[in-house]
Amino acid sequence: MIGFLLRRLLQAVPLLIGVSIIGFGLMHLAPGGPLAVYTLNPTIQAQDIERIRVLFGLDQPVHIQYAKWASGIFTGNWGYTFFGGRPVLGVILERVPATLLLMGSALSVAIVVGLAIGVLGATRRYSVFDILATSGALVALSFPTFWFGLMAIYVFALELRWLPSGGMWELGEEGSILSLLRHLILPTLVLALVITATWSRYARSAFLEALQQDFMRTARAKGLSPRVRLLRHAFPNAAKPLIALLGVELPFLFSGALVTETIFAWPGMGRLFVDALTMKEYPILMGMMMFTAIFVIVGNLLADIAIAAIDPRVRLS
Amino acid sequence: MSAQAAASRRVWRRFMHHRVAFVGGIVVALLLSAALFAPVLAPQDPTLLDTSVRFLAPFADPRFLLGTDELGRDTLSRLLHGGRVSLTVGLVAMATTVLTGAVIGIAAGYLGGVADTLLMRFVDTMLCFPQVFLLLVVAAFVPPTLLSISLVIGLTSWMEVSRIVRAEILNLKEQDFVAAARALGASRARIMFRELLPNAAAPILVAATLKVASAVLMESYISYLGYGVQPPLASWGNMLTNAQGYFDTVPWLAILPGIAITATVMGFNFLGDGLRDALDPRLRMDP
Repeated sequence: MIGFLLRRLLQAVPLLIGVSIIGFGLMHLAPGGPLAVYTLNPTIQAQDIERIRVLFGLDQPVHIQYAKWASGIFTGNWGYTFFGGRPVLGVILERVPATLLLMGSALSVAIVVGLAIGVLGATRRYSVFDILATSGALVALSFPTFWFGLMAIYVFALELRWLPSGGMWELGEEGSILSLLRHLILPTLVLALVITATWSRYARSAFLEALQQDFMRTARAKGLSPRVRLLRHAFPNAAKPLIALLGVELPFLFSGALVTETIFAWPGMGRLFVDALTMKEYPILMGMMMFTAIFVIVGNLLADIAIAAIDPRVRLS
Repeated sequence: MSAQAAASRRVWRRFMHHRVAFVGGIVVALLLSAALFAPVLAPQDPTLLDTSVRFLAPFADPRFLLGTDELGRDTLSRLLHGGRVSLTVGLVAMATTVLTGAVIGIAAGYLGGVADTLLMRFVDTMLCFPQVFLLLVVAAFVPPTLLSISLVIGLTSWMEVSRIVRAEILNLKEQDFVAAARALGASRARIMFRELLPNAAAPILVAATLKVASAVLMESYISYLGYGVQPPLASWGNMLTNAQGYFDTVPWLAILPGIAITATVMGFNFLGDGLRDALDPRLRMDP
């Protein structure tokens, strides 16, 4: 297991380097370079911009700039925002809890519902339920998330007035759990829709594959009940591709969260990203790109370790 | 289960799969012809303002079949012309995706060794970034024209295609016809693009169909957020941005473009799924 861990950790290193090169490159591809925002400001003189350029080290050769920036990423110095000069990492970390709460609740809903649909579909293959569920999943995957969100707001917030249309808390109720939960329901459902569809499709095919294995016939021949066969024999084998999916789905989850947060005014990382985009806050944009990419790398690493933990074949190969 | 029941279930299953793909194909054909003939089909000029007929409801006035928006523009005409824009972006983005993905996939698969490692690490790296984040950053950097939007979408979504093509090439390159071509003195480029590429056409076609769906979706996301197709040119995404402001009083302005996007994406998804079942049993969701 230790050998596997080391190997897998080493594989993450080129990814981290690649991600940082692309992040750094994008920043420098920005029209007018990283300081474009100052050149648009008439109150800032050319010599001031030159001074900022020297101050930020932007007059140095590219590879030295990259080395400084990359070492900053790994030591926690992610630069400072253009407006207000706040540390970028701090600004991002402030928004992480809201996004993780939204992503976590949507993912939980999606896993529970998606697994249930997938398992039912796999055990009753080509039944009416299975056909409705598989085509329903394909329909759900075709919904533009933001439109589904708008429709949900229209029905549940504007027409029925059951739930709030956006934000995290009612004014004056900041910190109230009940208010938070009420605000969480709609964005969770909207974000969960597409992920549930993906999960039901993958769960169905993972269980179909597991159910067709020889050991399932053996288990049946031994006279084990369908429940035991499903839970003790099929489930651990179907779990592997699903854990891998957990890692692979992370970037999609972030993308979905960005769109959902924009519609529901949810004060998370997605909103921060869209706001930073309008204000041309390049340090925040690049910080977010790096943060999400590192999050995805670590997530995939954890998924692989979990798979190795339940399946000795993976860690020994 | 009796043998007869099993057989009828197989038929039922094939029928379902083909029917779904068939419906998808029809939807796609209808949408493509609507987009193609939009200038003929559209009853009005999609940019014509007429403030005397603002916010007409659908079917309220025979001149404006699906109603009008906040500036009195005809919704049906805007949907048709918007579809032209959205589908153009979808198809050009798909072509970019497939071209980039296929070239990288073939190069990695056929050349192998260091080239393969480097290219595939690049693919892994690109996949670490959430696509909408990458798309928005690049879209915000380049002036939004139809071509630039399509290219940006295409260049941020080719990674899966290159993986699929590479896997296919790894299989194909061990086969005899490749050895025969090599024995005849064919160059590497010839083997890659004249021998291997046509044989990898099936999975590429499936991926291409599904990529149109995701490109249309991506165009609507970035246009909705204001970094895609710019007004007065209508796209389904930016029609929704406009509609959002009048959402509580005139919901149909938001409902209609949403239905158009969903129908398009669904059509291509169903078609792609059906094609996958028909063409490439190994790629099936259903083992």
